[in-house]
Amino acid sequence: MGIHRGHRARPLEWLAEKFIFLVSLSTILMVFLIFLFVAREALPIFLGQADTALIQKAIPPDQLETLSPAKLQQYLDLTPQQFVTMDRETLKSLMELKQDAQNEIPEKFRNDPDARANTTDWHYLLLPHQWSGYAKPEYIWQPVGQIQKYNIIPLLVGTLKVTLIGLLFAVPLAVGAAIYVSQLARPRVREIVKPTIELLSGIPSVVVGVFALLIMATVLQKIFGYQTRLNAFVAGCALGFAVIPVIFSIAEDALTSVPRAYTQAALALGASRWQTAWQIVLPAALPGVFAATVLGFGRAIGETMIVLMVCSASVMSWNIFDSARSITTTIAAEMAEAVSGGPHYRILFMLGALLFAATFVSNMIGGMVIQRFKLKLEGKR
Amino acid sequence: MNTITPPQYLPDNTSDTTRLTRHFRAEKFDFWSFFFSGLTGLATLFILGILAVILTNIVINGWSAISWHFVSTIPKKDFFDASTTGVLPMIVGTTIRVFVMTIFVIPVGVITAIYLTEYAPNTSIITRVIRAAVNNLAGVPSIVFGLFGLGFFINFVGKNMDALLHNPSAVWGQPALIWAALTLAVMTLPVVIVATEESLKAIPPGLREASLALGATKLETIWRIVLPQALPGIMTGGILAVSRAAGEVAPILFTGVAYYMASLPLHVTDQFMDLGYHVFVLATQSPNIEQTRPILYATVLVLLLLTFALNIVAIIIRARMRKKLRALG
Repeated sequence: MGIHRGHRARPLEWLAEKFIFLVSLSTILMVFLIFLFVAREALPIFLGQADTALIQKAIPPDQLETLSPAKLQQYLDLTPQQFVTMDRETLKSLMELKQDAQNEIPEKFRNDPDARANTTDWHYLLLPHQWSGYAKPEYIWQPVGQIQKYNIIPLLVGTLKVTLIGLLFAVPLAVGAAIYVSQLARPRVREIVKPTIELLSGIPSVVVGVFALLIMATVLQKIFGYQTRLNAFVAGCALGFAVIPVIFSIAEDALTSVPRAYTQAALALGASRWQTAWQIVLPAALPGVFAATVLGFGRAIGETMIVLMVCSASVMSWNIFDSARSITTTIAAEMAEAVSGGPHYRILFMLGALLFAATFVSNMIGGMVIQRFKLKLEGKR
Repeated sequence: MNTITPPQYLPDNTSDTTRLTRHFRAEKFDFWSFFFSGLTGLATLFILGILAVILTNIVINGWSAISWHFVSTIPKKDFFDASTTGVLPMIVGTTIRVFVMTIFVIPVGVITAIYLTEYAPNTSIITRVIRAAVNNLAGVPSIVFGLFGLGFFINFVGKNMDALLHNPSAVWGQPALIWAALTLAVMTLPVVIVATEESLKAIPPGLREASLALGATKLETIWRIVLPQALPGIMTGGILAVSRAAGEVAPILFTGVAYYMASLPLHVTDQFMDLGYHVFVLATQSPNIEQTRPILYATVLVLLLLTFALNIVAIIIRARMRKKLRALG
């Protein structure tokens, strides 16, 4: 650092520069806060503190003195903030209410083993369970009713089903278009087509949803002749439209950044334009295309409105022509009716945390692959 | 003089493969090359075709149902009735929430971009972490932003504000315009950062060097030389953020949108009606989908037009600014 450039910063400017640095940390803070606050609301589920059992052992109100504050708070389903504000009388009347509620449980649940189960326990969340009245163990998501069933497997299956259909539809189209635009099209065509395809990403997802709901569902049903008009297949295809621009622009970037020398050498040796694109450029850009697919997956798994509008029944089925309910849809549709701070609310936040983790990982992988690819093309590795 | 003249058949611009290949292309016709090239071309056409179908479908169906009455009326509670309904509160709600969002997102995004391009040492860990955070923020699903807005802004910030101000009932600790706008600001932060960073990088380093050589401090250089040059780029970032946010519904579902409101939002703690959410309501909650269809299409068209209108205003500002800059320079 031999040469001193410019004047040294004045004290006020020094402060301003520190301020700039602090503001720039806000993105890190935001990612951290998102994780912290989504996970915070879901924490009681992870810690096993939520209890949905319909029949609980009622504690007589006169035993108030003998209970520890922590236990009392859990027994009455109170948050710490609520608990602090309450005096003894309020707590006592709450305990009486609880006792009355226990006494009023309908007779048919008295002998039902499910009524004693805490359905937010991880066994109930992940494993099939034979509910009373069912012939065999089943995966069921049914958050309303006396006995709430929170098995998240149908939602995971629904999410994967819709996302995979979307990707199967979008990846070949987007990568094909990327090859055409970056390798085969004339420059003038390219200048028009590229921004036009990227315009697709500017269409709000509710609009794509409306189109899928009104037009695509009918057309696809006519072509394939299946029973239910709105199903995972329609949702997946509509989802495909939403991720095409994402995959296209990243793949196109990767294909374009392959050095001209590769193409020119292949063409000089007598390869056709297609052979060059397929055998030389695509293999060289493969990490970029892979990253495009991974990032497209991240986008598809997090898309809410399209799936919410097109299909929403939670059915445990791998059939693509059945309905499906994805994680995002579940959160969007059920948050309004979930009691703030209740088990249903907490489970929805837990699903949000899962979703965040899944996209975090896929973005990390996608970002890292692209970074390496760029370094490699620049010859630094 | 024996200078070597390049052979005339070589084009001047050797970076242009299309022109080169005209001279070196294999003469032989290869069926499979033709076939697969055609296939990729068809894929491109298919995507363009779908885009065209979506847009023409909306414009044709929406145009016949749209009227001045429709865009200037505050609807009654039953907004599924095609003859009396209107979308004025939704247009106002969407515009205000996007406007409030830009107040927050542009300063923070621009300052972060300034740090990343002008100050940050390229190899330091903190810079890499910031970049990773920006990339990750860009990929977080919009519904997770909604949960974040509910968990952080409403249940944490808002409730604590109510407690501090001793409000008898919840004023801040409930869904509100301000929380929806802030949630959207967090969501669009990466868009502004990336666009600003690109425009800052495009400014020739010579300008900075000249300013520094004349004795300006680094901050003066950024404020007087770099930022004015980057203004059109910053505008572009703003446009992109606005058009992204205007159509998003998932992040505002739990943070401020209302199914129905009799009046326009007057205060930042009010709830609001929103065009995108209204489209969703009309499409899924209608008692009679055939009767609702015209107003559904009209609302979709208004949403698309509004997005484009916001874009066009920003593009005009940008063009003027370019002209002004050119006159200065």
